[in-house]
Amino acid sequence: MDLTQINPVLLIASLMVAATPILLAAIGEMVVEKSGVLNLGVEGMMIVGAVVGFAIGVNSGSPALGFIGAAIGGAALSLVFGLLTQYLLSNQVATGLGLTLFGLGLSALIGKPYEGMKSPVLGKLDIPVLSDIPVIGPIFFNHDPMVYVSLLLIGAVWYILKFTRAGLVLRAVGENHEAAHALGYKVIRVRLMAIMFGGACAGLGGAYISLVRVPQWVEGMTAGAGWIALAIVVFASWRPWRILLGAYLFGGVTVLQLNLQAAGLAIPVEYLSMSPYLITIVVLVIISARGQHGAPGSLGRIFHASS
Amino acid sequence: MNMIRLEKRPSPSKFWAGITPVLAVIATMIAGGIMFWFLGKDPVEAIRTIFWDPLFHETFGPYSRPQLLVKAAPLILIAIGLSLGFRAGIWNIGAEGQYIMGAIVGAGVGLAFYPSDSVLIFPLMVIAGGFGGWAWAMIPGFLKVRFGTNEILVSLMLVYVAESWLASAAQGLLRNPDGQGFPGSRNLARDYPAASNLEIISGTGMHWGVVAAFIAVIFAYVLLSRHMLGFQVRLTGEAPRAARFSGVKPARLILFCLGTSGALAGMAGLFEVSGPAGQISIDFNSGYGFTAIIVAFLGRLNPIGILLAGLLMALTYIGGELAQLMLGLPGAAIQLFQGMLLFFLLAMDVLSNYRIRLGKPEAL
Repeated sequence: MDLTQINPVLLIASLMVAATPILLAAIGEMVVEKSGVLNLGVEGMMIVGAVVGFAIGVNSGSPALGFIGAAIGGAALSLVFGLLTQYLLSNQVATGLGLTLFGLGLSALIGKPYEGMKSPVLGKLDIPVLSDIPVIGPIFFNHDPMVYVSLLLIGAVWYILKFTRAGLVLRAVGENHEAAHALGYKVIRVRLMAIMFGGACAGLGGAYISLVRVPQWVEGMTAGAGWIALAIVVFASWRPWRILLGAYLFGGVTVLQLNLQAAGLAIPVEYLSMSPYLITIVVLVIISARGQHGAPGSLGRIFHASS
Repeated sequence: MNMIRLEKRPSPSKFWAGITPVLAVIATMIAGGIMFWFLGKDPVEAIRTIFWDPLFHETFGPYSRPQLLVKAAPLILIAIGLSLGFRAGIWNIGAEGQYIMGAIVGAGVGLAFYPSDSVLIFPLMVIAGGFGGWAWAMIPGFLKVRFGTNEILVSLMLVYVAESWLASAAQGLLRNPDGQGFPGSRNLARDYPAASNLEIISGTGMHWGVVAAFIAVIFAYVLLSRHMLGFQVRLTGEAPRAARFSGVKPARLILFCLGTSGALAGMAGLFEVSGPAGQISIDFNSGYGFTAIIVAFLGRLNPIGILLAGLLMALTYIGGELAQLMLGLPGAAIQLFQGMLLFFLLAMDVLSNYRIRLGKPEAL
């Protein structure tokens, strides 16, 4: 084993890339849950985003169009969940699971002709001057645009939830939908918009895996990233900046175990590749042992205005 | 106000609860037909190939009819276990992992005695398989009871961990020593008679897993309709507060539901690996643990319903393979078809829980 092969600067830089898909999906899901809806279909929306983004990226030659398409695809799929849970009042857990199973099938169907193709390359933003700074430059200022988009998204969600009226309405709907309804807020409309935002974010996260991270289309390639995003929302106690922390911690574990695999550590590959999931479980246990703080009051409950 | 309103029924309508699965199947056939048409296939022919030919076609029927039981058995066995928890609001969605761990532990116990010819080997493997699944499900169960950790996320994460264990077992611990270094264990069904789960009546597909599935259906039916524990499961799902006041111990119920579903999933894995699949290999599992979730809902979380739903879902698997062969229909289309079925079912649930009223609400 040769641990000196692991370059800490590259490790941190690749950690940010590894964390971005989960970060995007998790911030979207956090907004959905803040509105009081539990959508367990993140994995399904991500994989559909991955395949739609890849297909559009390959056909148009433009990764940017791929990302836009993936966001629309994810939002469209989430709308199915929205209509079922909000208008037809179906069970959110079951519908979310159904969305994941449906998304996995749909993506496999769409993706068949694209297996083995290469995606167009998303160029890095080589920020002048800043990216030339030793150590800090390659870590922070030499990434593709989506890494910065995900960071901006965290900031924007934090600002909107905390300082704007729209954010206040969203939180009110999530904390107590009956009270929000009595105050005249459109509970279902707010939730549908939150669900579609979540779907778009999950789609972007999926497309980041197929267009940047891998970059190829492989069936089932999200490999549980959507579920990890759900776990990170719990870990973050529904706070945007902690989502960032959680996603980067998770990205760190993933990148580290990949580096250890490459460095030929004496631990078998299977044990290293299960480590991110085990660590997610450990983190969930630690968080839940402290008591669940910050879960929105109406999370997962069906809203039916009787009058 | 809206022209169409929903009015909550005092209790779910029995009539609609019974009829909605049938309506959902019909709606799925129509939507699926449209999907097949988009894929450039004749929709009527595709639906007939999936739902009719496996049972009644002169050439394929004799081959596919036995497959019906082979495919339905694991689905029913797993779904019965899941339905207990789902009724009580305990969401074990990691049955796939428990299925894998059951198969690994059960096959491991059998292989440890190779080449014994004792009649006790197979029963011992079944118990070990059940234990493997039970233990794997106890992880989310214990964490939920002790720390309040979300069982949905933990049980699901453990599926990925189990898949890694499977890869490790197939290439290391359980690898066939006479297999020239190829991954995969000895073939239990072919080369190890004492450990093989063979057909009980030849030509019917009836193996021990089918027997276990039928027993599980009866067991669950009696439990839910006649037994105190079954009553508590139903009560917790329908009225959690009332359940707590009437002395239901949530921790006990969580461990019972997760443990039972894990054990049944583990046994299903063992029956599969010692029979139809034959050996522990990296990808012997075929997603039954996830499809069983659809089966549980399609069967309305009711044992008899699950029996029928399992057979129907098995039919879509077999018919899907046939359609792949005959019409070149992509395999993923069937997965999508199964997902659609769940959506239509959930969408139509509204009819059993609510009345639809047209026109403006009357003034109060």
